[in-house]
Amino acid sequence: MSNYRGVHDIGGVPAGEVVPSEHDYALWEKRVDAMMVLLSKKGLMTVDELRRNIESLGADAYDEMSYYERWVYAIAQTLIQRGVISIDELGRRISAVQARSDDGT
Amino acid sequence: MTERHQHEQGVPHRHPLRPDQDDTLTYWRAMEIALRELLIEKRLTSADEVRREVEAMDNRSPVDGARVVARAWTDPQYQQLLLMDANAACEALGLERGLYKLIVVENTDQVHNVVVCTLCSCYPRFLLGLPPDWYKSRNYRSRMVNSPREVLREFGTVVPDDVVVRVHDSNADMRYLVLPRRPAGTDDWSEEQLAELVTRDAMIGVTFAAEP
Repeated sequence: MSNYRGVHDIGGVPAGEVVPSEHDYALWEKRVDAMMVLLSKKGLMTVDELRRNIESLGADAYDEMSYYERWVYAIAQTLIQRGVISIDELGRRISAVQARSDDGT
Repeated sequence: MTERHQHEQGVPHRHPLRPDQDDTLTYWRAMEIALRELLIEKRLTSADEVRREVEAMDNRSPVDGARVVARAWTDPQYQQLLLMDANAACEALGLERGLYKLIVVENTDQVHNVVVCTLCSCYPRFLLGLPPDWYKSRNYRSRMVNSPREVLREFGTVVPDDVVVRVHDSNADMRYLVLPRRPAGTDDWSEEQLAELVTRDAMIGVTFAAEP
């Protein structure tokens, strides 16, 4: 039965004790959240697109990525699928951001 | 540590000041920056707009939910509205109406309600702010639906056997908030005083309202 479940569909699946974990959200996480809210308000993305892209992650990636890592991935996927940005320009920009950081700037 | 110093055989140099926040640039953080820059360049948003949205989220907290609950405890008519049309009830207090349907479920001496989102993390964010990590955790999402009493005990909450536990599974279009039971011994309390007893966890349903 569990083979027919999506990676996100975990209600009732055996699991361990609930650890009452919390953390203060980092600015980058809040910005991802804000980006999703803004894109929704502007009609550039729906919550269902967010979900579809998160839910189609492989099981390992789903577990290994943190919550807002899954979100930023899903936002990027949606914007590419909609043709708002190209996969190429995103890749180039990520490299540029990383290069800037290596410079210490 | 001295600011300017020399390592063995090195040139004297300053270390960069250690930042308060760990801003290690992971791949995903770089992706967030890249996306934000591209959206700003394409004039689909602006830095200011992003900042304001972050501030708006920072300003949402369980204090808003507590106001709603305290009003319902003191005003039967408002409680009726809250249970019938929770979005309208929020609006009536000058709060956000919310972008999705909100359903408020009332705890009584016969029923204890608790909220989960098995599929992800749906949560009444406009009344409680962002959800705690445990709410989004695999263990909570998996087990709350089939072992609710056990999970509640892990939160230190023991629901008597003769009280029904009702678990509500949220989704993207529909969120739940628990209206906890008003604690005994608060008959002459003001709405503001009562609101102090209403915790986030009580509105999720994993605990009761605080005792006076």
